[in-house]
Amino acid sequence: MGAQLRVYRQRIKSATTTKKITRAMELISASRIQKAQQRVAASNPFARAVTRAVSAVSSHADIDHPLTTQAENPIRSAVVIFTSDRGLAGAFSSSVLKESEQLTKTLMDQGQEVVYYLVGRKAVGYFKFRQRESVRQWQGSTDQPQFETAREVAAAVLEQFKQSSEDGGVDEIYLVGNKFVSMMVQEPYSTRLLPLEVVEADEEDNNEVFPLFEFEPEPEAVLDSLLPVYIENIVYNTMLQSAAAEHAARQKAMKSATDNADKLILNYTRLANQARQAEITQQISEIVGGADALSTVSED
Amino acid sequence: MANQITVNVVSAEKEIWSGKADMLVAKTAVGEIGLLAGHEPMLAVLVAGEIRISSASGKVVAKTEEGGFLSMESDVVTVVVRDAQLVS
Repeated sequence: MGAQLRVYRQRIKSATTTKKITRAMELISASRIQKAQQRVAASNPFARAVTRAVSAVSSHADIDHPLTTQAENPIRSAVVIFTSDRGLAGAFSSSVLKESEQLTKTLMDQGQEVVYYLVGRKAVGYFKFRQRESVRQWQGSTDQPQFETAREVAAAVLEQFKQSSEDGGVDEIYLVGNKFVSMMVQEPYSTRLLPLEVVEADEEDNNEVFPLFEFEPEPEAVLDSLLPVYIENIVYNTMLQSAAAEHAARQKAMKSATDNADKLILNYTRLANQARQAEITQQISEIVGGADALSTVSED
Repeated sequence: MANQITVNVVSAEKEIWSGKADMLVAKTAVGEIGLLAGHEPMLAVLVAGEIRISSASGKVVAKTEEGGFLSMESDVVTVVVRDAQLVS
């Protein structure tokens, strides 16, 4: 029985150390969510201004811009997947990957080829393990996304979009990422980046009529320089959202890990107490039995 | 000063400057442009250069090396420049 007690004590100790780690990670994530959310909020004025301007141009002039025209027979699509660099964030990365698998299936059912761009170490690992191809990867900055990375991503996909599909270019580009809905809820979602469907930001009135703008230089040139900015901005925004969602998911996961450790410690403490009591009881009965035996011997 | 314009200068990461101003001068693809209150709505592409704002509290100058764009609409000017930096 003594051995049993020692095993329980070992388990309690290991659960306690694990709990310390998960508690620390939970607190770190909690403080980083704030910062990540602030960054999302800080990038909002820019996003709003760009979206507004793009909708103003596109609603005003009927322009056939290569970035807004849909291919008649899309044969190849690019999917950009935004995951995290580190694990221990619950289903954060796996739900995005699942979403991307679904999207891939839909695209393949339409007879399209799919090429991948990966952001985040988890996505890269997932593809490597399955020995699947990807065009480009970005790793190392998902919890604090830099605008430079967003630009690189945007430039890379834009370049492929501009090539004709016969030369290995793509006809459609999709983004798959996590949306920060609330502290408790992060939703994987996929959206089409190109060809563009310019949508006004949710909070603004959709039926707003834009005044007649004067363009300098021509509307086409304005749109030409606006659209890349718009795309970069969408990519950047997706990365910021994903970072905020990652921290929230990690906080949630670590919170439940800490709670579980608490439960484990409680259960093992009870088992250890029981084992200790059993040991004592056994020792007493051994002493009593021994004394009994001795007294019967001396009577003889 | 009755007729003033509201100016917002935003970069990718944050809002750089915002407030009331009398005039804004920026460099567009075709030349420098000065905007006063009552200007017709416009969208212009900006190139590298200075953005000068004359406001009640003095002159504000922002610099860009990459350019961006500017939109003016009912006396609200939004300058969107990715790498904008306040010079003074």
